[in-house]
Amino acid sequence: MSTAADVTAAGLDPAALAGYEGHPPRMGFFTDTSVCIGCKACEVACKEWNSVPEDGLQLTGMSYDNSVSLNASTWRHVAFIEQIGHGPPDATADGAHSVDGAVDAAQPDAPRWLMASDVCKHCTEAACLDVCPTGALIRTEFGTVVVQDDICNGCGYCVPACPFGVIGRRESDGGAHKCTLCYDRLGDGLTPACAKACPTESIQFGPVDELRERAQQRVSELHENGTDSARLYLQDPGDGIGGGGAFFLLLDEPEVYGLPPDPVVTTRDLPRMWRHVATAAGGLAATAVAACLGWRGSQR
Amino acid sequence: MAEAHPVGFQWVMEAKARGATLIHVDPRFSRTSAMADLHVPIRAGSDIAFLGGLVRYVLENERYFREYVLNYTNAPVILTEEFADTEDLNGVFSGLDRERRAYDFKTWRYQGEEGWADGADGIGPEELLQVRQAARGEVHGSGGAAAHPVPDTDPTLQHPRCVFQVLKRHFARYTPEMVAQVTGVPEHVFRQVAELITQNSGPDKTTAFVYSVGWTQHTVGVQYIRTAAILQSLLGNMGRPGGGIMALRGHASIQGSTDIPTLFDLLPGYLPMPHVHSNDDLDTYVAAEKTDKGFKANTREYLVSLLKAWWGEAATADSDFCYDYLPRLTGSHGTYDTVLEQINGNCRGYFLFGQNPAVGSANARMQRLGMANLDWLVVRDMVLIESATFWQNGPEIETGELRTEDIRTEVFFLPAAAHTEKNGSFTNTQRMLQWHHQAVEPAGDARSDLWFTYHLGSRIQAKLAASSDEMDEPVQQLTWDYPVAGPLDEPDAEAVLTEINGRDRRGRPLSSYTQLKSDGSTTCGCWIYCGARAGGVNQTARRKPGREQSWVAPEWGWAWPANRRILYNRASADPDGRPWSDRKALVWWDADKGKWTGHDVPDFIADRPPSYRPPDDARGVDAISGIDPFVMQSDGKAWLFAPAGLVDGPLPAHYEPQESPLSNPLYAQQHNPVRQILEHPEDRFEPSGSQPGSEVFPYVTTTYRLTEHHTAGGMSRFLPYLAELQPAMFCEVSPELAAERGLEHMGWATIVTARAAIEARVMVTRRMTPLSLDGRRIHQIGLPWHWGPNGYTTGDAANELAHMSLDPNVHIQEVKAMTCDIRPGRRPRGPELRDLVRQYQQRAGITGQTGTEL
Amino acid sequence: MRWPAFRQLTGSDRHGLGAAAKSRRTRELTPRTATADSVIKSVCPYCAVGCGQNVYVQDGRVTQIKGDPDSPVSRGRLCPKGSASLQLTTGDARQYQVLYRRPGGRSWEHLDLDTAMDMIADRVIASRREGWQWEHQGKRTRRTMGFASLGGATLDNEENYLMKKLFTALGAIQIENQARI
Repeated sequence: MSTAADVTAAGLDPAALAGYEGHPPRMGFFTDTSVCIGCKACEVACKEWNSVPEDGLQLTGMSYDNSVSLNASTWRHVAFIEQIGHGPPDATADGAHSVDGAVDAAQPDAPRWLMASDVCKHCTEAACLDVCPTGALIRTEFGTVVVQDDICNGCGYCVPACPFGVIGRRESDGGAHKCTLCYDRLGDGLTPACAKACPTESIQFGPVDELRERAQQRVSELHENGTDSARLYLQDPGDGIGGGGAFFLLLDEPEVYGLPPDPVVTTRDLPRMWRHVATAAGGLAATAVAACLGWRGSQR
Repeated sequence: MAEAHPVGFQWVMEAKARGATLIHVDPRFSRTSAMADLHVPIRAGSDIAFLGGLVRYVLENERYFREYVLNYTNAPVILTEEFADTEDLNGVFSGLDRERRAYDFKTWRYQGEEGWADGADGIGPEELLQVRQAARGEVHGSGGAAAHPVPDTDPTLQHPRCVFQVLKRHFARYTPEMVAQVTGVPEHVFRQVAELITQNSGPDKTTAFVYSVGWTQHTVGVQYIRTAAILQSLLGNMGRPGGGIMALRGHASIQGSTDIPTLFDLLPGYLPMPHVHSNDDLDTYVAAEKTDKGFKANTREYLVSLLKAWWGEAATADSDFCYDYLPRLTGSHGTYDTVLEQINGNCRGYFLFGQNPAVGSANARMQRLGMANLDWLVVRDMVLIESATFWQNGPEIETGELRTEDIRTEVFFLPAAAHTEKNGSFTNTQRMLQWHHQAVEPAGDARSDLWFTYHLGSRIQAKLAASSDEMDEPVQQLTWDYPVAGPLDEPDAEAVLTEINGRDRRGRPLSSYTQLKSDGSTTCGCWIYCGARAGGVNQTARRKPGREQSWVAPEWGWAWPANRRILYNRASADPDGRPWSDRKALVWWDADKGKWTGHDVPDFIADRPPSYRPPDDARGVDAISGIDPFVMQSDGKAWLFAPAGLVDGPLPAHYEPQESPLSNPLYAQQHNPVRQILEHPEDRFEPSGSQPGSEVFPYVTTTYRLTEHHTAGGMSRFLPYLAELQPAMFCEVSPELAAERGLEHMGWATIVTARAAIEARVMVTRRMTPLSLDGRRIHQIGLPWHWGPNGYTTGDAANELAHMSLDPNVHIQEVKAMTCDIRPGRRPRGPELRDLVRQYQQRAGITGQTGTEL
Repeated sequence: MRWPAFRQLTGSDRHGLGAAAKSRRTRELTPRTATADSVIKSVCPYCAVGCGQNVYVQDGRVTQIKGDPDSPVSRGRLCPKGSASLQLTTGDARQYQVLYRRPGGRSWEHLDLDTAMDMIADRVIASRREGWQWEHQGKRTRRTMGFASLGGATLDNEENYLMKKLFTALGAIQIENQARI
């Protein structure tokens, strides 16, 4: 379990907990959805860099969102939420009712088309990591959580463990896949592909400590400008996942974006030792134990 | 802009973060609207009324920038008594030849310049029409036609015939009430826009306009932009940082394709292609096309240098510099005219270079019928686009109208190289040339278009080398000796750029178009690009990082002309040469050094003081006064009133689109009277306004792009990563329209016009706003136009629906505002598809005359 | 000793969640851009904003295309289309062979490039001659209406220049571009 040395003012130090001494600062994403233009450059840049396969041609009718959700073959997902003219159709009788308050974005009936790029949260307390029986899922020195493709046997325990439904198994290769925060690029001092492409800096990459400050500043700025609906999501180390390595500024309740309002790590109450034993011993029996834990975890 | 130019939009977001207000005027609520402070839904096809309302607001409320207007525009110029406005003539201007559907510009001229040549003097009405049809308006896009350098003026702006007063009368009827009635924008919203724009203009502030094909693709498209130009000139927003009217162009080098035109009416650098009726030889060409004042006065220097570049040793003073080798125009020969020529059997062969008209051109069906009637077709593309496979799987094969074995067209598909596989320059939307370097060799048979054109030319030259036929002389004499290199014998793109840039007598690269000579001692392939290889250095390949430069970043790439980043920037300083304000300083007169200086390259004669006034007999560049910022215009001023150059009026007037649910509320004249109509049984028009049958096509439709796709789809629909993001053709409708027509969200709908019927999935969304105007409810249907039968995602092409009624200045189709019907369910298959269209035509009583009235 | 469990038991990653569980592949992971032989400066081929691109080449193949942070236009950013440039230039949909469809033919045939070029040259010469007009209504035109061209606006300036030059010298006037459309 964590020791005093692993806990900083900003919460747990996941890289230190995972045995990285003198590790680099924890890196992550701050996604400021208030400046997202919904272009989906993040989705494509991610796929190009990571060679993630195309994920189906399905016109969903969910506004301009045809990627639906994060999964094994979608590591960035832009959600589109139309909030225009909440009344019945004839409420638009004057043809431009919604325009009136548009200069004041805080006005409740101002037309809004919310767009938000979702990604793996790289949780401080990551259930996927806890339940993985093979050691395929690891914490990196940057505090991020990645799947090692050469280790993953496709057991899928991680899938239900994730409180956000981020990780999934890919049919074509059987393995579990999710955002790696471009682990290979980080090692070379590069910015993850999605953040690098983002035209409006909606996706910001950097040391988590700095990003948290920046996020706080941004939300205050928006509040001062009258956008009272602005709020941060998963930036708090005291929340149910110990804070996200990727966190968000939202303009509405998390549920509106399809995000759980109060996520809790699914393995919170499980003794970490179980995982320890499972990994060290290896073999079928231990895998079975882990499987039980995994499923139990998912049912919480 | 967020929708189609997301990366350019970062600068708008940055401006917003610094406090700028963003207004988005668009029929639909797009990703741009989502970021805007104010979204204004507007009826497609009514922007002149909206902008005209703003012009009136500025004039009536005295909100114009008086010192700017007095000194830098033609507001004080007095017009002749012969000029009659739309106010006098029920919606048309003086000079309209109703029979031939063309304007004579004579009555539009300034007082004191009567009798001045505009390149069409002394010819009969038939010939005049042919000259007008040859896009002479567009030719003057960078020049401005003839105007006397010293017209009569009234600096008090009180003379009843001065441009300022004419403008006031002309726009008087564009009241907020009228704007609401025409555009569907409520009065209070219109006033809000007007206040925001006027408050954000003046010495200390500027307002910028950004437009794209939402303004150009209309039968009166050029006049949309003209209206914005009038507004921005009145507000003093031209030639200044943060001002201007920005055309956001949609293709990597579409600006370059206009500068070095593969366009029928132009030679490189906006020199007009010779016309039979005004350009017999070099002298008559120059006499007709040059201006008396300003940089266009040097037309002879530019053309002779071009002819020298093309025909080298053969181009001498004795041979009239081979002027006669240039083919002549007799009217409009635009791409839509060409389709009729193909269908008529006159045009037998066709090259398509990275272009997919079977999906991307209006009335795509006509395009395919044209291609099916050719002897040969060469398609050069990276993927098998619809224009390459129309004979195999085109919609006409499905309907049974054409049978593959009956199509006699011989088709050559030649794979093209990608941008990573060749050297060359693109000119971006801000006139900036940027060189892209070759990274790898193209694989297989893939080749650059440079390779194709060069080697094709060499083969043709070789085959015609022994000919003694006079028609082959221009080919035999053509300079065509570019060095080739590498495993594929790729021509050296930099050698081509060197020819474009120009050389002096000794073959050294020129650095400026001011060095060009008319005696044949200089060569230059495109005078406005002269300087792109100044000093023998490829200036377009410069890549000094932006962060190591000033905000103007002059050492990144090269912008024409002369690396200026903001055109007409002399206007950023007051008449005395001082910046209008510190905040908005760009270039200014340095009296100590006796020259213009500043952040940008001054767009002015470097050492000409603001106090300079030319003597009466001055001509050409010498005639530009110290307060003439618009140096390419023939009088150095911004034109509130255009005395020449536009074929459809000296002032913008709101006309309804070719197809409209309304009778024009502003004038008795319904349509642009001189719009170009291409008549063909497969290109029928629908009734408009109160005409019987118009109720058959009650809805407005407009086409547009999505962020995830590109143009006719050749560069996006075939890519899994883009296809999956927008995987099907859809139409966008409001919940109200869906209820009215029984359309289900994500169900199918069939959209019908007098040309075609297509199917699309239905997207019911409140982003489409029904408009109320004059007691009527107007529904608009949004159609992305990227789909076609081939590729990773397929669907019907929106351009099937479109017609070929065109803007008369630039011959562009009107796909931004049409009328249609929509009904639930998929379209019929087989012959029944055409039956459905015919039934609609019959119900609406459509004949060959419908919609063709003046 | 590289066995993960051993590293776990002897190192500081007692839970086996991090350093100890890293596979050799993970430890040796490097971005493909780091091993590129060259980085070529380019420009995005989609819209006219003109975003800078860096093209990474390894063993004669393009391995990555990303935004050029030096560009004052784009500052390293790309939209979804620009971000898809690698798939555009190296994807499966690209054709690398000349295809020929004879008059009335029901399917494509293969043709070598040299033959195709020669056939095209012959056809240009023939159609040009067939559609030749010395005069129109008594005025000298010196032109051909026999063939036309429509170019996309992703052509380089140099390509457009050669086309305009060649086709004008051949007397063709129906030379058009997306810029009209």
